[in-house]
Amino acid sequence: MSKVVKNLTDLRDWVDARFPLMQLWNEHVGQYYAPKNFNFWYYFGVLSLVVLVIQIVTGIWLVMNYKPDAEFAFASVEYIMRDVDWGWLIRYMHSTGASFFFIVIYLHMFRGIMYGSYRKPRELIWVLGMCLYLALMAEAFFGYLLPWGQMSYWGAQVIISLFGAIPLVGETLSLWIRGDYVVSDITLNRFFAFHVIALPFAIAGLVLLHILALHHVGSNNPDGIDIKANKDPAGKPLDGIPFHPYYTIKDAPAIVGLLILMSVVIFFAPEMGGYFLEHNNFVPADPLKTPEHIAPVWYFTPFYSILRANTINFFMVPAKLWGVIFMGLGTMAFFLLPWLDRGKVRSIRYRGWIYKTALSIFVVSFLILGYLGLLPPTPGRTAVAQVCTILYFLFFLLMPFYTKWDKTKPVPERVT
Amino acid sequence: MMVKKVATAILSYILSVSCYAASEVGVPLLDADVDVSNTVSLQRGARLFVNYCVSCHSAEYMRYNRMAEDLGLDPELVKDNLMFAADKIGDTMTIAMRSDDSEQWFGVKPPDLSVIARSKGVNYLYSFLNGFYLDSTRPTGVNNIYYPNTAMPHVLWDLQGFAQKTDDGQIFVPEDSHGDMTVIEYQQATRDLVTFLDYLGEPAKLVRYKIGFWVISFLLVLFVITCLLRREYWRDVH
Repeated sequence: MSKVVKNLTDLRDWVDARFPLMQLWNEHVGQYYAPKNFNFWYYFGVLSLVVLVIQIVTGIWLVMNYKPDAEFAFASVEYIMRDVDWGWLIRYMHSTGASFFFIVIYLHMFRGIMYGSYRKPRELIWVLGMCLYLALMAEAFFGYLLPWGQMSYWGAQVIISLFGAIPLVGETLSLWIRGDYVVSDITLNRFFAFHVIALPFAIAGLVLLHILALHHVGSNNPDGIDIKANKDPAGKPLDGIPFHPYYTIKDAPAIVGLLILMSVVIFFAPEMGGYFLEHNNFVPADPLKTPEHIAPVWYFTPFYSILRANTINFFMVPAKLWGVIFMGLGTMAFFLLPWLDRGKVRSIRYRGWIYKTALSIFVVSFLILGYLGLLPPTPGRTAVAQVCTILYFLFFLLMPFYTKWDKTKPVPERVT
Repeated sequence: MMVKKVATAILSYILSVSCYAASEVGVPLLDADVDVSNTVSLQRGARLFVNYCVSCHSAEYMRYNRMAEDLGLDPELVKDNLMFAADKIGDTMTIAMRSDDSEQWFGVKPPDLSVIARSKGVNYLYSFLNGFYLDSTRPTGVNNIYYPNTAMPHVLWDLQGFAQKTDDGQIFVPEDSHGDMTVIEYQQATRDLVTFLDYLGEPAKLVRYKIGFWVISFLLVLFVITCLLRREYWRDVH
C-alpha cells in the first residue's frame, strides 16, 4: 500500500516540477478560503457546473446518433428514443438538464442580487456571469431547433423573424441568420454547429473566467461582509474555511439532491406536463402548417411576455420593434446592476423595507410575466403583462434612488 | 413490492399534471384511464392496432420485434398473426399506401401514429375513438364530436355499431344498431388500443418507472451518507 502511495506521490512531484499542479490546487481548492456562513442559496453555483457537465456528456452521446438533416432529424431523435440502447435515458437527461440549467441559473442570479454579490469588487464576475446567461439562452435556443418538431420549427421562425423588425437591415439580417427564406435544412445545420461546438466552447471559457475572477477577489457571503478584513496572524481570514474539504463535502448532498430531483423528472415525468417537452414538438416540423399557439419553453417566457406586451406604436416606431427593443433591454438590464445599486450595504439582510419591497415586486412581476408567456394572449392578459413589464423596468430604472434612500441597518464586523 | 407499486403510482399521479383537459373544440375529454403496465391490455391493443390502424396509418419508428419483446409475444406468433404489412420481424410498421393516393382519397395523409399519444394525449385519442356518430352530410357518413369534420372514417364500426348524437351533444348507440361489442366492451377495446398507442409513443415507459425507482432509492441512500459525512467534517467549524 505504502509503495503505491509513494509512487503516486512521486508522480505528483514529477508533474509538479513541470506544471503548477499544487499551486493551482491550493489557489482554487485546497487553500481557497470561502466564508464559513454560506447558506442554501450558495449551492446553485456548483449545481450549475454539475448540470453543465451533464449536458456536455449526454450531448456527446446524443450527437453520436442524431442527424442534423431536415429529412432525418425528427426520425433520428425517435431512433435514439427507441433503438439506441439507453438512448431514451440520455435524451431525457439532456432535455431535463436544459430546464434544470435555467432553474439553477435563475436561482444563482437571484442569490447574487439578494446578497449584492455584484457590488464592487465583484462587478466583473457579475458581467461574466451575465455573458454566460446570454450564451446559455443562445445555446438553448439553437438546441431547441434540433428535434425538428413543430415547436422547434415555429419557435425558431418567430424568434428569427424578430430581427426583421430592426429598421433598414432587419430583413437582410434575418435572411442572413436563417441562410434561407424560411427556416430550413440550412438553418438546422448552422444551428447544430453553434449548439454543439461554438456555444459550448464559449460557455466553458466563460465559466473559467467567471471562476478565475471569483477566486481573485474572493466570495461574497449572506452578510455581504469582506472576510479578508479580519485575518489571523498567518494571514488566513478568520471567517474563512478552505474550500476543500469543507465546501466540497457540503456540496455533495446538494448535488445528490439535485440528481434526485432531476431523476424524478427524467423517470416519472420527462415531459413535465408539456413544460419541459412540449406536446406539439412530437409533431414533425411542417413549414406549411403554422400552429395556432406558439409558446417558447418556460425559461424564455418572461421575455416573450415583454415582447408581446408592446402593442402600441409610438414615436413613429412600430410596436413590434418596441417589443424587440424592450425584450433586449429586459435581458441586458442585469448587466448594469453593479452601477445602478447605490446602497450602503451589500446584503438584503441589512437593507431597509424599500429595497425589500422593490425586489419582491420585481420577482413577482418576473414570475407573472413568465406565466403569461405560456398562455395565448387575451386583452386582459396583455394588460397585466404591460403592468408587469413596467414594474420590471422600474426595478432597474429607480434602483439608484431607492437604494440610496433606503434606511439600512448597521453591518456587523464579523459574519453571523 | 407493494411499497414500490404504491410509490410509483403516487409519483406518476402527482407528476402527470397535464395540460390537455379539453379538445380543440372545447368539448371536455373522456378519461382514458390507461395503464401501460397491463400487458394483457397492451396485447389486445396491439391486435386491434395491426388489424384496424396499420392499413392507413404507419408507425414508422416502431419495429415489430421490439413490440414482440416488450409485450411478451413469441416472434413467430407476431409474424403469423400480427404482421400484415411487413416481411421481416425487424421491420418498422410501415404501410403500402402511398401518401399521394391517401391524400386523394381522404383529403389528408393519415398521420403516422408512432408518437401520436405524445402530441395529442391519451385522453384525446380515447375520446376521439368514442366520439363517432352518424352524419349523412359527411362523405364518410360519420362525424366526430371531438374532432368535427374529421376525414377519418369510423373504422371500428363493426365493433361499436353506429352511434347517434343527441341534441345536447351526447353519444349513444341505439339498441338495434350495436356492433359485435356491447358499449362496455367497446370502451374496454378502445382503452386497450389507446394503452397500446401510449406504449407505442414511448416504449421506454415500460422500464423507466422501474429503473427510476431504483435510481432514486440509491440516490436517497447516498444523500443520507453525504449528509452524515458533511456533519462529521463540519464538526470543527464554529
